[in-house]
Amino acid sequence: MIEFEKVTFVHQSGVKALQDVNLRIRKGEMVSIVGENGAGKTTLVKHIIGLLKPTEGRVNVFGKDTRDASTAQLSRMVGVAFQNPDHQLFCETVEEEIAFGLKNFGFSPDVIEKRINWALGFFGLEKYRKNPPITLSGGEKKRLTLACILAWDPEVIILDEPTVGQDAIQKEKLSEIVRMLNSMGKTVVIVSHDIEFLWPMQPRVVVMSSGKIVADGEASSVMNDSYLLEKARVTQPQLIRLYNSMKRKPQRPFRDVFDAERHIMEALSVRTG
Amino acid sequence: MALLEIENLNFRYLDSEREVIQDFSLSMEHGEVLVLAGPSGCGKSTLLRAINGLIPHMYQGEYKGRVVVDGMEVAKSEMRALAQKVGFLFQNPENQIFMFSVERDIAFGLENLGIPRQEIRERVDNAMRLLGITNLAKRAPHELSDGQKQRVALAGVLAMDPKLVILDEPTSLLDPLTARELVYAIGKINKEKGTSFIIVEHRLDLVVTVADRLAVMYEGKKIFDDRPEKVLLECDVEPYGVLVPAVTKLQRQLSRQGIPLPRRLLAPEELPVELGV
Repeated sequence: MIEFEKVTFVHQSGVKALQDVNLRIRKGEMVSIVGENGAGKTTLVKHIIGLLKPTEGRVNVFGKDTRDASTAQLSRMVGVAFQNPDHQLFCETVEEEIAFGLKNFGFSPDVIEKRINWALGFFGLEKYRKNPPITLSGGEKKRLTLACILAWDPEVIILDEPTVGQDAIQKEKLSEIVRMLNSMGKTVVIVSHDIEFLWPMQPRVVVMSSGKIVADGEASSVMNDSYLLEKARVTQPQLIRLYNSMKRKPQRPFRDVFDAERHIMEALSVRTG
Repeated sequence: MALLEIENLNFRYLDSEREVIQDFSLSMEHGEVLVLAGPSGCGKSTLLRAINGLIPHMYQGEYKGRVVVDGMEVAKSEMRALAQKVGFLFQNPENQIFMFSVERDIAFGLENLGIPRQEIRERVDNAMRLLGITNLAKRAPHELSDGQKQRVALAGVLAMDPKLVILDEPTSLLDPLTARELVYAIGKINKEKGTSFIIVEHRLDLVVTVADRLAVMYEGKKIFDDRPEKVLLECDVEPYGVLVPAVTKLQRQLSRQGIPLPRRLLAPEELPVELGV
């Protein structure tokens, strides 16, 4: 559905931001992209909606070469919430902001009204309906960006550093939204440094370093490779570190705290019983 | 004398209906590292402004109570004088660095204070050494990575030799390893120079390793304020929007089930050893 074939991207300054990238994202997948600052993660995302076009190689989105498609066409299918919401919000009021994309994609006024109500309610932004987006807090702006995108219901949702500036309650909610979208069959791509946020969702993990993809696989195997992660300046999730320090390891690393607690309680009762 | 004394502070912005800070008291000794946590909109940023003097000097509103930094009452002192006591590192270092070279950038605040050249040189060199960026001295700040920029901005703050440094979500834009290096640097500066820190963070796994205290704020009030292990292992902080690191949560759950465990925060590698599993 999204295919990178030997993609290289060179900035005007001559810096190679992507180097021979091959990546295939299938429908309904949950994929996370991790790696150091400046590894090329956001550059990769910009290629998916045609904001950047490859210097060499090809990017195909829903069977279309991004060189032959406009960003508007691609955005109908792929919604991106960028890291800095200030670059994305520009309308006079919150409701106009949500309506903007919907109008552009030709939705009817009554559908637009319904979708606005849904999005405001879902993200707890009703009270700001008539407020200018610039007056919202950083965390609220990020939620608004996501609300705008979900309102037009794209097939693929890309979140660039969604947890920055979000507190525990919002992170939990975000994690629920991601799982819900994914269970509805949406393809979700998350670019994030927040390993502890990603780990319980057990996404496919793509690791980038210096413009290259250096690893790509299941969370439990990629996140277990401490040497590789160190090179990409990523730290291991706490629960993997715990797992690796156990004398008798269960079959696979703990997905979450409850999983770990259950296992440890069992191990302790066997020992004392 | 305490480094920071906040006594029954109440603050309401001119255009807001409710008090953003409510009857807030906090005392900090010289050399302490305090982590301030709490959900978005709980008043953390307002509190920071009340410490560095932006409140009441730049933001107007209804102000009750007292904030005293190193013997200087904030409401009655000039911003310029306060700036020498309290340093502030923003979330995004790009708001803070702007000169043509790293060393010029770090020296900027000192030049404005009219400090002799030789002393500026020494302070800048020392700040760069503490943060491990001496090799970047001649580089242009805009060419640096985010983590490097963050350290340059912090060096600029430290060169002013403040008693207290406030960091507002310093690691949120950094990759995990860079974030860990920044937290190590904070710990080192605290030990070597005795500088105190207030760190606002949502992500606690890194910062609690250098913290002496953890304060939790909710709807303008202080809910918890104690040693990090006390707050995280003995209190229920989740309803107040605090993210408990996975292994700490596990340690707390196991303790509550009656399994004997030490009362300090255990690293992921330590917990299985303590449990013998």
